[in-house]
Amino acid sequence: MPRVVVDVMPKPEILDPQGKAVQGALPRLGFSGVLDVRQGKRFELEVAEVSDAVLADVHRMAETLLSNPVIESFTVRVEDGQPA
Amino acid sequence: MRVGVVTFPGSLDDVDAQRAVRIGGHEAVALWHGDHDLRGVDAVVLPGGFSYGDYLRCGAISRFSPVMTEVIAAAERGMPVLGICNGFQILCESHLLPGALIRNDHRTFVCRDQRLRVENASTAWTSAYDEGAEITIALKNGEGGYVADAATLDRLEGEGLVVARYLEHNPNGSMRDIAGVTNERGNVVGLMPHPEHSVEALTGTGTDGLGFFTSLAALAGATFA
Repeated sequence: MPRVVVDVMPKPEILDPQGKAVQGALPRLGFSGVLDVRQGKRFELEVAEVSDAVLADVHRMAETLLSNPVIESFTVRVEDGQPA
Repeated sequence: MRVGVVTFPGSLDDVDAQRAVRIGGHEAVALWHGDHDLRGVDAVVLPGGFSYGDYLRCGAISRFSPVMTEVIAAAERGMPVLGICNGFQILCESHLLPGALIRNDHRTFVCRDQRLRVENASTAWTSAYDEGAEITIALKNGEGGYVADAATLDRLEGEGLVVARYLEHNPNGSMRDIAGVTNERGNVVGLMPHPEHSVEALTGTGTDGLGFFTSLAALAGATFA
């Protein structure tokens, strides 16, 4: 079954308190050198087939429900290794 | 007036909102998220809570519930709609109000008596206040940080669409201390603090929140059904 992946990230100008919390925890675990962390969401959509029409639908899903365009950006891609 | 209060799965303050509606002098009408029906009400309150468990984003799934189709259509006809806390998040997700609410900048839940200034006393929900009135009402949120791009914030301030601003202490990182906003028409208001918890002297923080519910009296006789 082909899989379409939608990655949603907070826009760069939007504060990301969750990412900041993760960044703050890393040094306590002994990891150094991480200058910034941004936390987003990944959606994996199993679809019957991948076509231009399906990808257009996924774009509409991403901009209406999966992301909030006011604060987030998204990318859509067909997962590597999956039949296109 | 007949004021509907929507209950979503995960709503928390719907009963308090109904009570505040009654204390404000109106009839409270329970509305259900799953119905395409506003039961002939004259105004709608979207209450606080954690509708749909705050899954995906606060308010993101509620925005597509059957009742919201009706609320959005009614709001566009001019019906007064007040969104409190989670209700404010739903109004932003519905694009009835600009901007969005994100997690508090200090990453902890906040619950306090919050001082506010009423910046716009000409909306359907704030006409009982004097412009510039300073009030104290309950505030409790985890994702109450109001954000929008600079152009939107400038427009909101330039057109007087900021309804209330935090005073003395910004509790959640909201840009420009914004606690509530309205639309151009002034019928849709979103507010992060909770006026419905501040309507009786016996409980809560006094009665400074009552004006949000008594303001509707100025619209008696108007119909948007």
